Parts: sequence; structure tokens; C-alpha cells
Amino acid sequence: MSDTTKEFGGTGPSHQGVEIGVAAFMALLALVGIYGSLKVGIGWGAEGPKAGFFPFYVSLAVIIASAVNLAKIFATADDGELFASWSQLKLVLAVVIPTAIYVAAIPYLGIYVASAILIIAFMRWLGRYPWIYAVGVGALVPFLTFLMFELWFLVPLPKGPFEKFLGY
Amino acid sequence: MLEDIGNLIHGFAVVVQPFNLLLMVVGIVLGVIVGVLPGLGGANGVAILLPLTFSMSPTSAIIMLSCIYWGALFGGAITSILFNIPGEPWSVATTFDGYPMAQQGRAGEALTAAFTSSFVGALFAVVMITLVAPLVAGFALRFGPAEIFSVYFLAFCSFVGLSKEPPFKTVASMMLGFGLGAVGLDQVTGQLRLTFGVEQMLNGFDFLIAVIGLFGIGEILLTMEEGLSFRGSPAKLNLKVVFQTWKELPRYWLLSLRSCLIGCWMGISPAGATPASFMSYGIAKRISKNGHKFGTGQIEGVVAPETAAHAAGTSALLPMISLGVPGSPTAAVLLGGLLIWGLQPGPLLFTEQKDFVWGLIASMYMGNIVGLLIVLTCVPLFAAILRIPFSVIAPVILVFCAIGAYTVHNNTFDVVMMLVFGIAGYFMKKCNYPLAPMVLAIVLGDKAEEAFRQSLLASQGRLGVFWSNGLVSTIMALGLIALFWPIIQAGWERMRGRPAGLRAAE
Repeated sequence: MSDTTKEFGGTGPSHQGVEIGVAAFMALLALVGIYGSLKVGIGWGAEGPKAGFFPFYVSLAVIIASAVNLAKIFATADDGELFASWSQLKLVLAVVIPTAIYVAAIPYLGIYVASAILIIAFMRWLGRYPWIYAVGVGALVPFLTFLMFELWFLVPLPKGPFEKFLGY
Repeated sequence: MLEDIGNLIHGFAVVVQPFNLLLMVVGIVLGVIVGVLPGLGGANGVAILLPLTFSMSPTSAIIMLSCIYWGALFGGAITSILFNIPGEPWSVATTFDGYPMAQQGRAGEALTAAFTSSFVGALFAVVMITLVAPLVAGFALRFGPAEIFSVYFLAFCSFVGLSKEPPFKTVASMMLGFGLGAVGLDQVTGQLRLTFGVEQMLNGFDFLIAVIGLFGIGEILLTMEEGLSFRGSPAKLNLKVVFQTWKELPRYWLLSLRSCLIGCWMGISPAGATPASFMSYGIAKRISKNGHKFGTGQIEGVVAPETAAHAAGTSALLPMISLGVPGSPTAAVLLGGLLIWGLQPGPLLFTEQKDFVWGLIASMYMGNIVGLLIVLTCVPLFAAILRIPFSVIAPVILVFCAIGAYTVHNNTFDVVMMLVFGIAGYFMKKCNYPLAPMVLAIVLGDKAEEAFRQSLLASQGRLGVFWSNGLVSTIMALGLIALFWPIIQAGWERMRGRPAGLRAAE
């Protein structure tokens, strides 16, 4: 991992900082878990241990483990290692953001149209393919998916106005 | 025993039906593709393709899905040898000697050795499963809740002790998995918990969504970050090379046997295929007289990890079918499939679903034979897939992940959760948190909790129930040994006055 970081050069968030963030986030989730468990009861009820019993101790274990992980991070000196350079993170975001839009659009556009748009956009802007290739692949993949899922294996997928227009 | 053989023959009769054979070939091909592509591994490949099997009979479905798994195991070797990119974590050790061989123009030899030793490893493990699984299942029929919990305890402890990630990170990720698994309806009291009034959380977190997100989306983000460009060796594999290599391979029978044993042992405990391949490579390097040349393109360096990885990957199914405790994330997904098809995994399968179990075991034999033939003949085709640029592959994989996530419950909110899991998976993977224990904890959380609470109910809350008889105490003790294994090993080696060589080799 460090090789690629060097290759790309540049600056970025430190690895230690992100490690602290991940451990803290896990502990936070566990705190929520403890709160939720206390609400349903963690003691002994008519049917044995109450519903919150198991999640309570599990969350407690997460907090203890995260505390140890955090202590370990603070015990070692920061070696200046990067989590990833900003240019690498930009590439990651270039996947995350379109995917988030795609996921949000599925209930409205249906999965086939949304997928076609995602593939075309991805190939056009990240892959810098000519329109004709992008549209070709973008149309072909949802079409084959449609054949495979709706017609052959009889698994319905979410459909939108476009499919309704075609009569499905 | 004789009855088992009869059942197995019956299983073969089921498997060689034309429709099932067709599914087998389709499964293997899809599996190799899944194994070759970055961002699609055995576990989430099977998870994504699971919905295709909803309308099939369980036996046909498991044949296709397990064949996807075999295909993925074979596929990992192709990318590591030709492209120096391990398609799967368990083929990392194969790159050490496989890629140098390919650079020297011996790609054909390396591929043949890899496929053949995979086949040998898998076959060894299948024979082991055939002989051992019915016995284990018969034995496990007598288990009460305390014994069942102790088996889960052992499984999860081995994760902590045997995985190469820091133990406290393993614990954190595993316990978080249990927590996520607990969200929703409490199985014992029927009470809602940890939902905080959010409607979408009523059904809890489905582990299939977690698998697709953590392994699929997370992996794509990682690949993207590395700005991967594939520079591969040409893939040529003609029959002459295959036969030449086959003539050479029997010389390494001892190495194979040792790797098979390591693989089976590691595969049954949930530590799985990846450490098995490293361990086998490390031991081969120390024992072989060519050990100092390892890493420069030694055929033994390909045979050792591939045999062990396949033996481990296959034997991971043993605890899944006989106890209902999966030995790997992929086995967990197969177990999830059983639940969806309405089968109850565990020892009862052997008595109640004979056709299914023996069909599965027979398909392991057939699937590996068919798989070997397919990969030997179609390597150039599969290698060509890797030459498709990532900017085309990535969105297509994203689309398939989304479809896979949606079809689990026909719910678009699950697709949102998939993305959340994907981002979480990216951060966890980069910070060295293991993902497999988290996934297994989400799958098994309910069952482990139920067993735990039933045992406590029976004993009126005394923890002594887990030490109440010889059987349960033994399993619990084994679990504790597995949990503290790194400490025990360090102590042992300090007493012997030796550095921790084995662990370093991993």
C-alpha cells in the first residue's frame, strides 16, 4: 500500500487519524447499542435473559476492544504514513458519488434505466470512451440483465416509467 | 458406511442429470469469471447470483452455487500467475512463484501446476468430507443448546486466535457483527430491539447485503484507489505443456499431501483458505531443498499454496453441512441459501434431506473434475476478461451488486444499505479490520444467541452449564485454547528458546 502512496505522491489524511476515526466510530455504534439494549432490558425475565442481554454484552465487548485499539494507536508514534493521497481519494469519490446517485434513483427510474445511465456516465467521464461505445455497453448490459432475470429466471426487478411505457 | 456409499451413488445419479450438468458448467464458468474480476469474489459472487436459484429445486440450486465457488477458487490462480494480481486473498501466496514463472515464459507450466494441485487439494478434502461429515452429523444430533453454543464459541474463538489481523480488531469487528445481527425482532421473546422506531430496521441487517457491500463495493473502491492497470503475460496453454507438467508433478507428492492436510485442518476451523495457503507456502519453503530459490519461480511454490487453499476452501463446507456452522464467508452465503430454500442447516440435514446433502457431496466431486477441464481449456478466454478496462468492468459490477442486493428482499432500501456497508468495508479493510468474522457473526448471531439463552434458561442463569459435562467442556476448552493461541504459542516458543518462525512465515 505504501508503494502506491509514494507513487502518487502528494498529501492526504494520515493513516493514524483514520484509524482513530474508525475505532471511535465503532465505539459510538456500540454506545448506541448499549442504549438500545438498556431500553429493552438486560436483566433476567420470565423467559430467561431479556432481549437486551446479548446485545448489551456484545456492545460492551466492542467498546473494550475499541478502547484497546485506540490505546495501541496512541502508544505508537505517528510514522507519517498516509491513509491515501488526495488524488487517490478523489478516484474513490468518483465511484462513491455516482453510485450514491444511482442507488437513490433506482426507486424512481427503475433499475434498468438507472443502470444504463450509470454505465454510460462511468465509461464516458472516467474511461473517456467515445459516446458510441459507452451507449452501446450501457444499453446492452441492462438489456441482457432484463432477459436473464425477468424472462429466464423469473425474478422481477424494480421498474420505472420507461418499462411501463414499453408495456411491462 | 455402506449406506453412505449407496447414498453417494444416488447423489451422482442426481448430479449427472443433463440439467444439473448444464448448471454445473454454467456455475463453473460464472465462478471463474467472478474469481478473475477484481471486486467480485467467491462470497459476493455467490451472494449476487443467489436470486437466480430461487425458482430452482434446492439440489439444483446448491449444485450451481457450489460450482460458482469452485470456479472462483480456480479463477484466483489465473490472475495471480498471469497478472500478479491475486483475484482472491487466498491466491496471494501463489503470486510469489507463479508470477516469476510466467515472466520466464513458463506461464503454461505454472497454470497447469496450479490447476492440478487445486484439483488434488479439493479432491482430498471432498473424500475427507464424504467420510467424516456423516459421522460428525450423527454425533452432533445429540447436542443440546449448551453444546451447540460451545461449537459457535469455538468457531469464533479460532477467528481471534488464528487470523493474521490484530486480535482486538478481530474482536471489535466480530462483536459489531453480532450487534448488527441482533437488530430487529428478538427470536426468543418476540420483542423489537435496537430499531429506535425506524421502520426499515424492523427486519434487521441481512448478511447477504453486508456480504455484497463489504466484499463487492468495498473491493471496487480499493481497486479504484490503486489506479490499477493490468499488464499481463500472454496466456498460452497447449496440451504438450499440460502433459509435461503432469509428468513432473507426481514428484511432489509429499508436498501435496502435507499441503492437503494443512488445508483441511485450517479449512474446518473458520480461519480458512488464506492462512492455509500462506502456512503451506511457508512450511514448503523451509522444508524443500530448493527453499532458498522460492520466490524466483519454483513450481513447488505454486503447488503448495494452491493445494492448501483449495483443500481449505472445500473442507470449509464440512462444518457447514454437518453442524450448520460455516467455515468461510462463502460457506456462510451457501448456508444463507439453504435458509432461503427452506432447509434447516445442521446435523438433521443428513437424515431429513438425504438427496440434497448427497447431491451436494457428489457435485463436489463432479464439479472439480468439470472445473479442471474447463479452466485447462479456456484460460486464454478468461485472461481476456481481465484485459477489459476497469472503467467498463467497474460500473457493470456495481450494477450487478445492486441487483443482487435488491433481490434478497425485493427492497430498494437494501441497496442503500449495500452502499453504506461498502464504504464501511473500504475503511475497515484499509485499517486492517477483518471482514469475514463480521459477516459470520451477522449470520450466526441469532442462532448463537438463542443457544446461549436457552442454555442459561435451563441452568437458571448459571454459566456453569457450559462446563457441565465432558463434551461441552472439551469444546469450550478447545475454544479457549484457540482464543489465546498467539499467547500460548509465544510462551511455548520462548520456553523452547526459538523465535516465532511459523507466525512470521504467515
